[in-house]
Amino acid sequence: MKSILNQFDRATIIAFACIVVLLLIGALAEPAFLSPKYLVQQLHTASFLGVVATGAMLIIVLGHIDLSIPWTIALGGMMATGAVGILGPELGVVLAVPFGIFCGALVGVVNGLGVAYLRAPAMIFTLGMNAVAQGLMVYHTGGFAPQDRGTEFMRELAVGQLVPGVPNPLLIWIVLGAVTIFMLNRTTLGRRIYAIGNQERAVFLSGVDTRRIILVCFVISGACAAATGVLLAGWANRSYQAMGDPYLLPTIAAIILGGTNVLGGRGNYLGTVAGVILITILQSMLSVVQPQRYFAQLGLDLPADTFRQVVFGLVIITMLLVYGRTARITS
Amino acid sequence: MADTGPQPLVRMSGVTKHYGGVRALQDVHFEAHRGSIHALLGENGAGKSTLIKVLSGVVQLDAGTIEIDGNSVRFANPTEANDAGIACIYQELSLLPDLTVADNIGIARPPQRFGLIDLRAQRRLAEAALARVGGEGIHPQSTVRDLPLSRRQMVEIAKALAKDPKILILDEATSALTAADVETVLTLLRRLRDEGMAIIYISHRMHEIAELADTCTVYRNGQNVGTFKAGTKSDNAIVEMMIGREYESVFPPKPKRQSDASPVLKVRDFAWAGELNGIDLDVRPGEIVGIGGLDGQGQRQLLLGLFGTLIGTTGTVEINGRAAKVSSPQHAKSDELGLALIPEDRKGEGLMLPMSVRQNLSFAAVEKVSRFGIVDRKAEESAIDEIVQLLKIKSDGIDGPVAALSGGNQQKVVIGKWLMTGPRIILLNDPTRGIDVGTKQELYRLMRSLADEGKAMLFYSTDYAELIGCCDRVLVMYGGTVVRSLAGDRLTETNLVSAALNLPEGPNQATLALSALESAL
Amino acid sequence: MNAQVEAAGIEIRKRPARFGIRLSAAQRGTLLAIVIFAAMFAVYGWKQSVGLTPNVINTAANKGALLALVAMAQTLPVLTGGLDLSVGAIFVLANCLASSIVVGDPVSTAFGVIGVLLVGLLCGTLNGVIVVYGRLQPLIVTLATGAVYFGISLAIRPQPGGTVNFEFADFMTGSTWAVPHSVVLLVLVVLLIWVPYRRSVLGRAAFAIGSAEQAAYMSGVPINRAKLLAYALSGFLASIGGLLLTALTYSGAAKLAIASDYTLNSIGAVVIGGTSLFGGVGSAVGSIFGAFVMRTVGDLLIVFDINPVLQPLFVGIVLLVAVTLGSLRVLRIKNRLDLYR
Repeated sequence: MKSILNQFDRATIIAFACIVVLLLIGALAEPAFLSPKYLVQQLHTASFLGVVATGAMLIIVLGHIDLSIPWTIALGGMMATGAVGILGPELGVVLAVPFGIFCGALVGVVNGLGVAYLRAPAMIFTLGMNAVAQGLMVYHTGGFAPQDRGTEFMRELAVGQLVPGVPNPLLIWIVLGAVTIFMLNRTTLGRRIYAIGNQERAVFLSGVDTRRIILVCFVISGACAAATGVLLAGWANRSYQAMGDPYLLPTIAAIILGGTNVLGGRGNYLGTVAGVILITILQSMLSVVQPQRYFAQLGLDLPADTFRQVVFGLVIITMLLVYGRTARITS
Repeated sequence: MADTGPQPLVRMSGVTKHYGGVRALQDVHFEAHRGSIHALLGENGAGKSTLIKVLSGVVQLDAGTIEIDGNSVRFANPTEANDAGIACIYQELSLLPDLTVADNIGIARPPQRFGLIDLRAQRRLAEAALARVGGEGIHPQSTVRDLPLSRRQMVEIAKALAKDPKILILDEATSALTAADVETVLTLLRRLRDEGMAIIYISHRMHEIAELADTCTVYRNGQNVGTFKAGTKSDNAIVEMMIGREYESVFPPKPKRQSDASPVLKVRDFAWAGELNGIDLDVRPGEIVGIGGLDGQGQRQLLLGLFGTLIGTTGTVEINGRAAKVSSPQHAKSDELGLALIPEDRKGEGLMLPMSVRQNLSFAAVEKVSRFGIVDRKAEESAIDEIVQLLKIKSDGIDGPVAALSGGNQQKVVIGKWLMTGPRIILLNDPTRGIDVGTKQELYRLMRSLADEGKAMLFYSTDYAELIGCCDRVLVMYGGTVVRSLAGDRLTETNLVSAALNLPEGPNQATLALSALESAL
Repeated sequence: MNAQVEAAGIEIRKRPARFGIRLSAAQRGTLLAIVIFAAMFAVYGWKQSVGLTPNVINTAANKGALLALVAMAQTLPVLTGGLDLSVGAIFVLANCLASSIVVGDPVSTAFGVIGVLLVGLLCGTLNGVIVVYGRLQPLIVTLATGAVYFGISLAIRPQPGGTVNFEFADFMTGSTWAVPHSVVLLVLVVLLIWVPYRRSVLGRAAFAIGSAEQAAYMSGVPINRAKLLAYALSGFLASIGGLLLTALTYSGAAKLAIASDYTLNSIGAVVIGGTSLFGGVGSAVGSIFGAFVMRTVGDLLIVFDINPVLQPLFVGIVLLVAVTLGSLRVLRIKNRLDLYR
């Protein structure tokens, strides 16, 4: 019991509180915001972000960052839908989902080798891998947006309900999240991930192969991102080049809003869950409320995306100012 | 001239400072006079560091007053304290590693022309400041990162003096210096005192204080427990004031008979990258073998090499009679080899400071309390309880961060973490550096009792007294190799010093060497 | 006596030769970037069908200068040990704004230019204020402010378009006696902004902060003001880049792809230019050449007849190679502990 309570640190509580406040404000304008249907729909959307944030969080706890998320998502989706073309019509259908995830894991392997074994700065190495993945995908499609369809199974995975009332992606996220919480808190791997984020030198001198752990985490991160890509491709029933682009900022923002330290070493998964839900609801409300309409009445014709971007940025900064501040330097 | 009249240059009264709920200073009174060296003594965490942090503007006091020359002052940051004529030389270096020596010395108040830094004038300033401390050999344009530790410390001192302070504070400023540099610095400090500067000096080295200080103040638990003229109290009396209890013999008695069991660690012709050459050594179970010598003669590399972090070592290492090629720390700690290394820098190499005492303690041995990679909480709990009791680790609870512990208790956690792996051979890399007297004493006892249990220990220390008091045998290193082994009656300070300088053994050689050093510098 | 002391193992360091060339780490990095760029550009000129005509050089200079300005903007926060992920967005915002206000007669054009630069400065200052006084991580702050700035760009220019004073634009992008004006602009920026900045107290403070922030504080370095200035100047430089983009395209466009492309490439250029991502070591001059290296990659693809859609692949590979080269020290390391700093 105590260990579960420990999960609720200040940041997590504030993030969950913000979710409630947002929903209440929304409900004043539109009571449907509190309907179970809307909430499940939001959790369904959130689970795509939740899956990719799971892997990305491990990397941030390690004290690194994975900026290859956008094109690893796209790669996951495009390789899953393109599996038929690569593996043949028989295997391609059966192995579409594992193949997509496997390709994402491969990106993670390269990232991990670069960061852990070559000691390259993660920020720049993963940025480079993002460009390489982009180049490979563009090459794969010959420069055109393919109309690759997902398989039946992918469709089912993204929109079906194995457990009635719970969309499959949400189920996947719940299982993945439970495993992650257990891994971070109860296993030697989890201990070591936090420890590397705090002081890798000490971990090495404690007789732990830190490089292998970093490699494993990058592989997990790549696989998670690709899994999100697979789910998205099933959801939209197609994959396309820029499908991962809108996910980098929300992923990192969700993790940080959930109280994970950007510099590594601290953070808990429930915080990330709260951050993911918070960001999803925020995005949804902006598209439902459509603030540009009010401005249009004032004679200002502004694109909807302006509000999405500006409000998004402002909310992140405001919330960080509330609880994300680092200690003042003294001694 | 030196004015030691009734008006002190610095007067602090009723100073109180809390960090969170922890009391660091309680109603402390302190005075420092012109032309006088005032030593502050006390165990780590006794409050002396906090006192000087308050005085130098790094932290702000909760209550109390500071007067400089009779004027009440209050410093919001180090810059304001600098402007008031207070310069501080810290134990943890305040140098900027990527900047040049000249940039570092001129950082606070660089000479300017047309609003830009005048590089030529700054270089002259740096040269003058370096010359003043006897660091003429340091090029002002070299990058600080490229200098060895002892040179950096000299730059640090030059940097403080370049501010032309009225009050100079040294916080363990000599701990990283070579013996020759320490002499240079002590001579410099005496001269500065005679020029009228007020100097506040913190050191754990009693003989430096005895040589240098005019006045001493002892702190304990954030309170002033006595101020007295230097030389009026014996070392033992001072230590008793510091630890607040009777001071027994610091070192536990050594066993009479040397063990003649076969060595558990046998090293032959060990070498690495030109820094270690042809090292032979044996350590038997139950033995504490010291490693001595001047700083930087390969002692640290030897320990790291045995622990498997160095690449390309040659020679043979036998552990328990079997040849062992230690390939990594992971291999070193395996049950097959049973090595443990207590690293020199406990904050950077030994601990994950923000993590809990529990997680730190069980970290190296976590496989031993896990199954299939899952930590068995019960097994972990009982193993930790045992270690906490054995080492008497004092904390507010083992789920608090290890950063909140005192230095001595942190070091106990590092040692405890390795005892949990059940090692047979323990390598210790200067484990008592910066640790208070009381804890040191506990560590010496612990080492002896571990030896009595049959563990073999290789113990590097920069403190000669410690080597003499603790070790059954001391191997003195010079130029990357073992030049002498001292034991029994031959294990004396003079012999250690002369061996460290690689001079022939003899009663007068060491004094001769020291005086040669002094006159040469 | 000296011999005895040396025999005693006391290190007496010889004063280094006065006449030897002392290259700092930053100078070595800059030099390497220059060499790589020269080699690549020579290959480009050799394979180019028309050779290195003034026109070819001018086009290459204009493209390179755009990224070079953004890369210089990125350099300043990186030197303090921070990062600015909003440089691309400020660049785009300046472009959109310029396509609306840098128009009309010379006077209003001049006011337009000043307006654009002031907005850049303002954006940068805002980043700095939030980082310094909000005590937040630069990475996440600039990620968020970047979104805000991009949102504002969209509001200014929902559809690509707008116009610009043509004489001004052509002057910015033209060349005199085969010297591209964009290169003159870069030289001016270096001489009037970078060199004085480096030599100023706040500029050196930026290096000090990147080197060791805690030590800088203890040494009485004005940390807050130095960081603020670094971010403010960063926004300013990015807006100069935006102005140049407007001059090149005669229009403004709020495209997220442009913003993120320039942000990412600027980081690559900074690294290739020899600036340490950990701060404390580096030079904006190196970043200029880093930017030209990045841009020449694209040009080389064209002359070698490689499908231009593959450009990201090659830019990515260049980035990976650049960081990997920097990591080659790993192979030379003899003490594994040195890997973990």
